[in-house]
Amino acid sequence: MSGDVRVALPEEAAILSTLEAGTKVLLSGVIYTMRDAGHARCLAYLREHGELPFGLAGQVLFYAGPTPERAGRPFGAIGPTTASRMDFAAPELYRAGIVSTIGKGKRSREVVDACRMCKATYLACVGGVAALLAERVVHATCVAWEDLGTEALWRIEVEDLSAFVEVDATGRDLYREIEASADPA
Amino acid sequence: MGTIRPEQVAEAVYAGIRFAAVTLRADCARAIGDAHAAARDRGAQGREASVLDDILANAAIAKADDVPLCQDTGSVWACLEVGAHATVSGDALSLVDDAVARAYADGGLRRSIVADALFDRTNTQTNAPAFCEVRLSSDPVTKLHVMLKGGGSDNASRLVMLAPGDGREGVKRVVLDAVREKAANACPPLIVGVGVGGTFDKVAALSKRALLRPVGSPSASPEARAFEAELLEAIDASGIGPGALGGTCTALAVHLETAPCHIAALPVAVNMGCCAMRSASFALSDEDGQMLAHPVRMEEGCGDVR
Repeated sequence: MSGDVRVALPEEAAILSTLEAGTKVLLSGVIYTMRDAGHARCLAYLREHGELPFGLAGQVLFYAGPTPERAGRPFGAIGPTTASRMDFAAPELYRAGIVSTIGKGKRSREVVDACRMCKATYLACVGGVAALLAERVVHATCVAWEDLGTEALWRIEVEDLSAFVEVDATGRDLYREIEASADPA
Repeated sequence: MGTIRPEQVAEAVYAGIRFAAVTLRADCARAIGDAHAAARDRGAQGREASVLDDILANAAIAKADDVPLCQDTGSVWACLEVGAHATVSGDALSLVDDAVARAYADGGLRRSIVADALFDRTNTQTNAPAFCEVRLSSDPVTKLHVMLKGGGSDNASRLVMLAPGDGREGVKRVVLDAVREKAANACPPLIVGVGVGGTFDKVAALSKRALLRPVGSPSASPEARAFEAELLEAIDASGIGPGALGGTCTALAVHLETAPCHIAALPVAVNMGCCAMRSASFALSDEDGQMLAHPVRMEEGCGDVR
């Protein structure tokens, strides 16, 4: 599709902060998976040490709990989980250097404000197409928290993983715009 | 005419999980295909057609490579529907959890169950236990239904005890509020299961069973059919669209199940089904009630589970 923006991560992460809500992006390079239990651990580390663990500053987080290796691919299926469950931690993680998060669903006002203040973004990935997305993962390494099973911290390399800018770095929020333009029910 | 054996139930549960995890239901695939054609005809904006495209491409990859449609391979709901002439012993479900563990290991599926919701959130590492129910039916065929329910869509569901005076408009408000507030988390286009009536506990089961009904098969009652159409139109007018990225096709269907209730009550439950709605149904006996050697998968054989 024309108009799609390709972004190499993490080196071109700054491009994300220039894109408008609604833009389709194709991500290539390194991103990290983290979800509920991982956020609790990451936040605890950040509060104790004043910085993110495992060199996560400048990186992109994918809210995802993949299925095991399958069909010759690192994961049989991988896709976004509901982002609002991570709202409790997201503003602090953005302030500590996370440049973007990938998930599904609406974020809180606090998260939208944090995106604006940190020049960060939230990207939406389509839910329910996890076999398709798994084809875009070329390599995966478990970095930490193996005891959490699917909630472990994975460093994954992707090629043309598609997502849409949902909350841009100016604080524009695609979901709220869609809601506002809906017919009154 | 025969006792339902635990091995038979386990075999159906195992087969149901392996099949449903990698297979987009035929009725859903048809409905998404129709929505895709309609979006193209309308000249819908790129995002709507692109998401519907992705859903169909995803189903093809999942089937060809035997990989899950969705990374959330769900909690397992198994419903044993005991036929008119069958007898059921107390241990009929005793091998279900073992079948769940084997299916999740063999299928490379994600284990998403913790031991206790409040006091011990360690992963059971097997995806067991399954959540089971036994129903008695006057139909001669004994059936076993399996549903894999994702966490995101279940979290987007709700139950409200309305006052009878809230009536039809009240029910409509509950459904539309749930869609407006939570559809984006539930992976649209949705199947919206709506239960109305019964008691506090029964109404949730009504809304869940509504998800088994094949998309495109009309409700038995004309009033329900009309209300379903009215709700679907209002849901699609929300503009949430596939992937919640904007568009018309927010839901594939609304399935309404109603029941008697107390004079003081109007219970309403909304159970969201996602675009990767996964279920399978099996016959455990023939039409005469004779138990089969092995379960036979019924083509969209969800049918009447009341």
